[in-house]
Amino acid sequence: MTNDATPQPLPAERAKQLAAEFGLTSEEYDRVLAILGGRTPSLTELGIFSVMWSEHCSYKSSRVWLRELPTKAPWVIQGPGENAGVIDIGDGLAAVFKMESHNHPSFIEPYQGAATGVGGILRDVFTMGARPIANLNALRFGDLKLPLTRRILDGVVRGIGGYGNCVGVPTVGGEVNFHPAYNGNPLVNAMTVGIAPADRIFYARATGVGNPVVYVGSKTGRDGIHGATMASAEFSSDSEEKRPTVQIGDPFTEKLLIEACLELMATDAIVAIQDMGAAGLTSSSVEMAGKGGMGIELDLDAVPQREEGMSAYEMMLSESQERMLMILRPGAEAEAERIFRKWELDFAVIGRLTDTGRIRIRHKGVVEADIPLAPLESQAPLYRRPTAETPKLPVLDPATVPDPVGIEEALLRLIGSPDLCSRRWIWDQYDSAVGGQTVRRPGTADAAIVKIEGRRRALALTTDCTPRYCAADPEEGGKQAVAEAWRNITATGATPLAITDNMNFGNPEKPEIMGQFVGCIRGMAAACTALDFPVVSGNVSLYNETEGRAILPTPAVGGVGVIEDAARVVGIALVPGCDLVLIGETRGHLGQSLWLREIAGREEGAPPPVDLAAERRNGDFVRARILAGQVRACHDVSDGGLLVAVAEMALAGDIGASLDPPPSGIPAHAFWFGEDQGRYVLAVEDGPALLAAAAAAGVPAARIGRAGASSGPDRALVLPGGRSISIVRLREAHEGFLPALMEGR
Amino acid sequence: MAIALERAAGRPPAMVFHRETELPRGTDLVVLAGGFSYGDYLRCGAMAARSPIMRAVGEFAAKGGHILGVCNGFQILCEAGLLPGALLRNASLRFLAMDCHLRVERAGTPFTGRWQKGAVFKSVMAHGDGNYFADTETLDRLEGEGLVAFRYCDAGGEATPEANLNGSARNIAGILSPNLRILGLMPHPENYVDPLMGGTDGLPLFESLVDALAAAPA
Repeated sequence: MTNDATPQPLPAERAKQLAAEFGLTSEEYDRVLAILGGRTPSLTELGIFSVMWSEHCSYKSSRVWLRELPTKAPWVIQGPGENAGVIDIGDGLAAVFKMESHNHPSFIEPYQGAATGVGGILRDVFTMGARPIANLNALRFGDLKLPLTRRILDGVVRGIGGYGNCVGVPTVGGEVNFHPAYNGNPLVNAMTVGIAPADRIFYARATGVGNPVVYVGSKTGRDGIHGATMASAEFSSDSEEKRPTVQIGDPFTEKLLIEACLELMATDAIVAIQDMGAAGLTSSSVEMAGKGGMGIELDLDAVPQREEGMSAYEMMLSESQERMLMILRPGAEAEAERIFRKWELDFAVIGRLTDTGRIRIRHKGVVEADIPLAPLESQAPLYRRPTAETPKLPVLDPATVPDPVGIEEALLRLIGSPDLCSRRWIWDQYDSAVGGQTVRRPGTADAAIVKIEGRRRALALTTDCTPRYCAADPEEGGKQAVAEAWRNITATGATPLAITDNMNFGNPEKPEIMGQFVGCIRGMAAACTALDFPVVSGNVSLYNETEGRAILPTPAVGGVGVIEDAARVVGIALVPGCDLVLIGETRGHLGQSLWLREIAGREEGAPPPVDLAAERRNGDFVRARILAGQVRACHDVSDGGLLVAVAEMALAGDIGASLDPPPSGIPAHAFWFGEDQGRYVLAVEDGPALLAAAAAAGVPAARIGRAGASSGPDRALVLPGGRSISIVRLREAHEGFLPALMEGR
Repeated sequence: MAIALERAAGRPPAMVFHRETELPRGTDLVVLAGGFSYGDYLRCGAMAARSPIMRAVGEFAAKGGHILGVCNGFQILCEAGLLPGALLRNASLRFLAMDCHLRVERAGTPFTGRWQKGAVFKSVMAHGDGNYFADTETLDRLEGEGLVAFRYCDAGGEATPEANLNGSARNIAGILSPNLRILGLMPHPENYVDPLMGGTDGLPLFESLVDALAAAPA
């Protein structure tokens, strides 16, 4: 074989036909031909182009808009563009985190789809040298009345638990919504947070001509071939046939891989490292070499293989799990191999870095691919697709919406509804305590709190998005998603630092979908800027449509904050004898509220506006009071409004509360269930002192009631006018819903 | 687990890799911690029970050494034949990760010295296969010889069917070897050893061990 051997081209007509099957447009295919100097690509080359230029890997529809997001702050060590984002959290430590979707596979095969989603995001984080300390998720499912929805929910929850529990990383938080718009496209967004020394972060930039390219982890099989392409297309009725494109997870191997990688990272052997995620060996080799401006040569005969007779095309496109690609320092192979063999993992030198600027792949002595890397990236398609703005909806006047059932009945119905019922049935299947550092487990605080082992310092973690607001007004919805994450971290006493985003939308080729995307980005950008809460990593999932029906626009936000002393954290559990003080302004905004949907049966109106200046002012005030030790419990007011927030606090504390009459001028149901933003309920021992402090700071605040004295059997939420709802009855409604539905009990 | 041991003993435990064949010199306590050894593939604990270090653990047990097995460690002890019975799939067929209450059935052992008989403490369960099973004869013998260490109970100390979340035979959460030197239990006492993490209900188990081992001849 000679060095100038070129790959065997496909017959021209066959190549054109296959390109279309692989999702390349004819214009994109012409570009492939131009890059190859007019030569028809080989099968392997066509596979590489099609996955690298898939929406999933190339962000071709979203990239121009993602640039509008703020990504910088003094504490940002690494923003978007690496395997995960990195921020400085003090004490010489960095938090490494990212959220990523596994939507399409989770619909086709819920357990493995969700499980490998967790595995993939874990690898993105430990690839950078961080030990994963927490997992979170953001889930969206269809109508729970459908058996298919219940089957998917069950499988996804089992899959997330099956992987996370086994790998020994606690699953500490998340969010779940239900809406018929997700009937054919559930969303499974998984987030991992890890900790690393701030000066020991590993990147994916390959350097050093001649440096060895090393493959570690599991063997390569035929699973997941073209998964990235599958994730870049709409579903149709034949999506069941795509099951072979879903990968199978092996969490035990992942655990070994974590330990082996971290052990090797303690040496100076690694130049660059990246996990083999979507598009497996192709994206990891192309991206690492591309980032370093290098060339790369791979010999696929050396790739550890699980099956016999695999072709170059299959190996390059396999998405077998639990694999990593590394560039080692010359001469470090033996030390690295010893560590990986100790952990009983495969280790193979499969190539070298070159100075050719090309990726050249050999298999069985034949050159199967030879592609220049620079144009593969620089000439990747980039679309500024047409956008159509979502029409603005009128603000709903609460006076025009009568209350059909009364406050008491509405509360009981809301708190037992799919979007507000207790998630206990779900989190009881996730090990949230493994590792022994979980200060606040699910349901006890607005953000999960995970301590750094051996330190006082802790991270506050949350995931948030309100898709029905985003559908009604993408820009306000985008703002709200960021603001709510910021608020949830603030409500624990922690300082919000940065976010990761997971943009889930429909088909970007439709102007109205692209309009949603752009609107959400603009709102998020405004909120990130106003709240000093930059985006450091993220993922885009488009084509979430089945038979032409799109999901609600869902820009899920994963927020990370820090608190210097975990002992200062407050939760949501009401404390006996405290005054209840509402921070923030209440206008009784019922448009797009859960009350409007669940009680009045209407999904209409503009969503609540987010006043970012007020958000910042109110939140900074609340956090300062918490850190000053003046707050015993704190809960933000979000879905369901004020009365739902108070009820959740009462349930968490297992005590009652009595509420003051609402102010005049707002209908009672709008006051109690309106979803005005930027609000918190605080339980404080000295209400008057807090009100005085708020007045001095120019923060709207009002006493709304008082916590009960004890936890006797007659504990109840006492409404103004004397009607009361027992905590026992509230709990039955709140905690009974999912078990009844899922277990028939 | 290492954090809890260090907190009670004042020094960190030595970590031993599964392929090693000898315990560190001067070992006075072997702890088999929880954690999906071999991914729980095949059967929980079955492969780990046959790992090289387990021969040394068996010899340590035969010489009267103290051994604590928690969660997957309990499963390994049963698979290794160091404790009787087996841990089946939870009756609900779901992974259960939640607080539970345990009642001390046997006080005065190296593991329970700091508790009175009948004491109730809070712990965390996190397992898919914690449903303790043994034949009636074995269960009767365990009960008769006072080798049931802990039972699942409610907050008031009643061993009710509702408190028996994983469906274990006779609400059994933990059992002892006849010489009282080996304890296996499913819940995680090590997750409640710090007030910041929700309480110190599990600490007496580790403090009891420190007391017992300090008193034991070296």
